[in-house]
Amino acid sequence: MFLSPGLLTILVFTSIPALTILSYAFFKWTGFQREGFAGLDNFQRLFRFPWRDQFFAALSHNIIVFIAIMVIQTSLGILIAYSLYRLKRGQRFFRTVTFLPVIFSLVIVGYMWQVMLNSYFGPINKILTDIGLESWAQPWLGQSSTALPTLVFINLWRWVGFPAIIFLAGLNAISSDFIEAAQIDGAKEGQVFRKIMFPLLAPSMTIITVLTFIGAFEWFDLPYIIGGSVGSPAGATDTLALMFYRLSFGSADSVSNDIGVGSALGVIIFIIVGVGAAVGSNLMRKREVEL
Amino acid sequence: MINKILTGTFFKGVLVINAIMVLLPVFFLLNSSLRETGSFSANPIELARDPQWSNFSQVWADGEFPIFLKNSLIITLGSLVFILIFALGAGFILGRYDFKGNSFIYGFVLTGMLIPAKLAVLPLFIQLKWMHLIDTHLGLILVYASGALPAAIFIMAGFFRSLPADIDSAARIDGASEFQLLRLILAPLVRPGMAIVAIYSAIPIWNDFFLPLVFLQSPEKKTIMQGLTLFFGEYSSQWGVLFAGLTIAALPLIILYLLLSEQFIKGLTAGAVKG
Repeated sequence: MFLSPGLLTILVFTSIPALTILSYAFFKWTGFQREGFAGLDNFQRLFRFPWRDQFFAALSHNIIVFIAIMVIQTSLGILIAYSLYRLKRGQRFFRTVTFLPVIFSLVIVGYMWQVMLNSYFGPINKILTDIGLESWAQPWLGQSSTALPTLVFINLWRWVGFPAIIFLAGLNAISSDFIEAAQIDGAKEGQVFRKIMFPLLAPSMTIITVLTFIGAFEWFDLPYIIGGSVGSPAGATDTLALMFYRLSFGSADSVSNDIGVGSALGVIIFIIVGVGAAVGSNLMRKREVEL
Repeated sequence: MINKILTGTFFKGVLVINAIMVLLPVFFLLNSSLRETGSFSANPIELARDPQWSNFSQVWADGEFPIFLKNSLIITLGSLVFILIFALGAGFILGRYDFKGNSFIYGFVLTGMLIPAKLAVLPLFIQLKWMHLIDTHLGLILVYASGALPAAIFIMAGFFRSLPADIDSAARIDGASEFQLLRLILAPLVRPGMAIVAIYSAIPIWNDFFLPLVFLQSPEKKTIMQGLTLFFGEYSSQWGVLFAGLTIAALPLIILYLLLSEQFIKGLTAGAVKG
């Protein structure tokens, strides 16, 4: 009686829909109407014109975003976490500031940066011009070459506090015995960090890697808010989740949706995220044990 | 010695630069909301020396904005009611009783946590349509509750398990029913857990953009984050008003965060640390 309302809600609004999407991919669809069994037809159509090129372009963006976030956001997160860890006084203030962007809605973050990066009125280009770097001023979000890196930067601004706080918790959990023992043995600060703290951060690293992987392959909100459902400019910020949304619910450039192909794509994203997260966490957990 | 001072300065420098990077855009947002639209084209970065409070009244007078805020409030609080009550009940059973099937139920809840919710929207859309819950606040509330419940149940079960078993026996000897035991004795003791669950679930719901985009169509039912996209199109040339709108949408959480930053940080990282 205490247990069932919660479990029932999860069953009806999460588990059943998640299982149904697997079946959707094997049917023929007209609009939101399900027709006959289609076998693997939807999957074959996904890998033919015009979806094929979109799929691989979007997939490559997701992979680039994952790698960029892992490299930049995670190392900055560790750097900030360690700086906070070393700080004796004022830690509370800097911790509060570091985490502040994480509470911002991505809608607000997206619009705020869109205005700041505006090519005509935006303060970023204005500052660049004022300090003599006029040639650097450019339509950051408006040209294919810089749109995706700029989105990664905005994502970094919003998210870097999250890994920083997780790594800080990881550092605080390390027993001071290890650190003191190493210091008595004459280890320098850099050595203590590299040889003792960094390996012991493995559990935090596992969590951040898995969450980043899931986040990167479901990346939707920020590219949608800034580039719309077609990944403007010219598909430069398209992602698998955006493509899934377009196929499922239609978009400005093609009103009709294609639930069959959309579900096939959904199943593929499902497998990437599920398998990636499972394999990743298992591999890293094994390494944790060996340490 | 000099080396030590240099490294100390380096790490402090990291924090100071990081703080500037975080605070400057936020300050730009707040400052711009008080500037006159015309002054932007002359200089995008300038202190609002003559605060234009009329930007805010213009947002408010727009008519839709207060409705969007109210909708967001209804949806967030409504979801919280479901999440807190259901997680309290389920956490109580899973954390306090050893029974056959306990680990099976744990496994079920765990898979609920791992399902990529974004991909379930397509079947959910059709299912909600069939249940006549599409384009309703209740439909959205139930979907949010379902998304947050797995982690919420885990967190609550953990808190219930940490309480000594003697409490239960003492209450039962005194003749308390299971419901009384939960409501009068245990629930007050797991309040810190409920605070974490509340923050963990409420912030992403308030900030969410994707599910309202898919599930709500009537303009008068939309949430504040969805409303901002309409607002942005409507006032795309009135920068002062635009920033005032963004500020109104951002300010409630900023203020709450400054008051309760410790709880926010604990709450929003709860899923990661527990997982």
